[in-house]
Amino acid sequence: MAVDEALRDELRRQGIVTIQLETLYNWGRKNSLWPLGFGLACCAIEMIAASMARFDLSRFGAEVFRPSPRQADLMIVAGTVTKKMAPQVVRLFNQMPEPKYVIAMGACAISGGPFKQGYNVLKGIDRYIPVDVHIPGCPPRPEALIHGLMLLQRKIAGQKLTGPDRPSHLRADENGEFPVPAFGAHDLEPAQNQSVWQPPKLVREPV
Amino acid sequence: MVDFASANEPVVSPLEMPTGFHFTPSSEGTVGEGLLEVSMGPQHPSTHGVFRMDLVLDGETVVRLKPVFGYLHRNHEKIAETITYLASIPYTDRLDYFCSLTNNWAYVLAVEKLAGITPPERAEYIRVIAAELTRLQNHACMMGFLTQDLGAMGTPLMYAFREREKILDLVEALTGARMMCNYFRFGGCRTDLPAGWLEQTRQVVAHFPHFLDEFESLLITNEILMARTQGVGVLPRELAINASATGPVLRGSGVDYDLRKVDHYGIYDRFEFRVPLGDHGDCYDRFMIRLLEMRESIKILNAALKDVPEGPVMDPKIKIRNFKPKSGEAYGRIEGPKGELGFYLISDGSTNPYRYRIRPPSLINLTALEDMCIGQKIADVVVILGSIDIVLGEVDR
Repeated sequence: MAVDEALRDELRRQGIVTIQLETLYNWGRKNSLWPLGFGLACCAIEMIAASMARFDLSRFGAEVFRPSPRQADLMIVAGTVTKKMAPQVVRLFNQMPEPKYVIAMGACAISGGPFKQGYNVLKGIDRYIPVDVHIPGCPPRPEALIHGLMLLQRKIAGQKLTGPDRPSHLRADENGEFPVPAFGAHDLEPAQNQSVWQPPKLVREPV
Repeated sequence: MVDFASANEPVVSPLEMPTGFHFTPSSEGTVGEGLLEVSMGPQHPSTHGVFRMDLVLDGETVVRLKPVFGYLHRNHEKIAETITYLASIPYTDRLDYFCSLTNNWAYVLAVEKLAGITPPERAEYIRVIAAELTRLQNHACMMGFLTQDLGAMGTPLMYAFREREKILDLVEALTGARMMCNYFRFGGCRTDLPAGWLEQTRQVVAHFPHFLDEFESLLITNEILMARTQGVGVLPRELAINASATGPVLRGSGVDYDLRKVDHYGIYDRFEFRVPLGDHGDCYDRFMIRLLEMRESIKILNAALKDVPEGPVMDPKIKIRNFKPKSGEAYGRIEGPKGELGFYLISDGSTNPYRYRIRPPSLINLTALEDMCIGQKIADVVVILGSIDIVLGEVDR
């Protein structure tokens, strides 16, 4: 934009790289995603396998599993979220610093999966927190997790830091915290977080 | 003899299951007067999933411990009562997600007892091979996780997962899935062995003792491991029996009880193997039991791989779809890698079981956790928990 190609080449010959701050910032962020070391069920084992020698998640800069949400950028919801665990998952998400991302790994985290008909299983964590990448599978292979991570990296690389479509963590009016559900008389209350998920509306065409 | 009438404090059985979140104050003091109550979990890197312990600490010493379950309760038993016998097999994979093949086996064994089915010879051999491969990878990973709990961040676990991937490759070639195998059927196995599978398995099994040698030379005389596990979390022999502990936890306390020897299920009678036993019942013994069991599993595998007979893998007379066993009940149990895994089924003659109940080894071994932890330091609690080898999918079901 401000630097034309000839000047850019001249600077490069002198050993100076010109780059947009936004690109540099996103490049740094997308290659050092620190996931929260937090496994729920079967998918957690594949998440561990992905970080081990064969699949080597550290090639993508995402092998530093942090036990504390305060140090994590990425929450991988790996496994079945039960109604007893859902408040803790939302609370952990609230405790993570901005910018933060969520990968819903596996059928259970997406929709309840094979246990959807059960009385104690949440029908998808995206009812409470905003999910960036959904990875289908039961459990997804480590390659699928790596693919999901690469998709997330692509999303981060495309984020603008200014303008109307800048991400939520750069807006002063968004607090990035969501209400933690609690057990009511029959079920979790609220049943969903209205700002991220609304039940699909059934529209009947008049015959 | 204990005089119950004169005792001032309420009599509490050492094996009493947790009933709620409230503690009765101990005789030494109450929470807030020198004692500290700590909630450990459900998000904790060493709780092996979503498990919570309410600890009462005196300084760093554990005074009381209450396990809190249910964070992964997935209604397995209730769902299984609403679906057919065949449709439950994929759900059993997700019980103990390290050992889906042994879970399959325990379930189909119960159904076979219920319906009086005998699987063909070749299927029996495949089952033994698959179960022992599962035991190898489960024990290897358990030792990796235990050393990680001790603070060896990553390295032994990476070695264990390196070997696990080799076994998972075999499992994937056999069943089509890495973890959720869904392979055994009542009356046999789903598919025959793929071409060249036996030879590949022989190579992996032949290489496995090298990994064990490497692991042993790195770990078993390691000063930190010995200091952190020897004499820690002792489970006395009597208590282990009273708590119905099974598997390596029971054998670590010196009780010679292995269902492969006791129950004579499958074709385990045909193989020569020994049952390793511990002397002290501490974490180190439980750790070593796993290591020695892997050596015995390799013996079984070598013998079984040598003489797999030809023939069908599935009893052709069995109709697995629309399967209706006659009314009755059956309990099928096997020696899973974590202990006695049992399925109790009641049939009312319809396509669904009337009652479907699992005896999970992890849960029942976990009931002795409080007795092992009292008097230990808080840092040892994660080691003791790691030495029991729990999987929450099975504990909460």
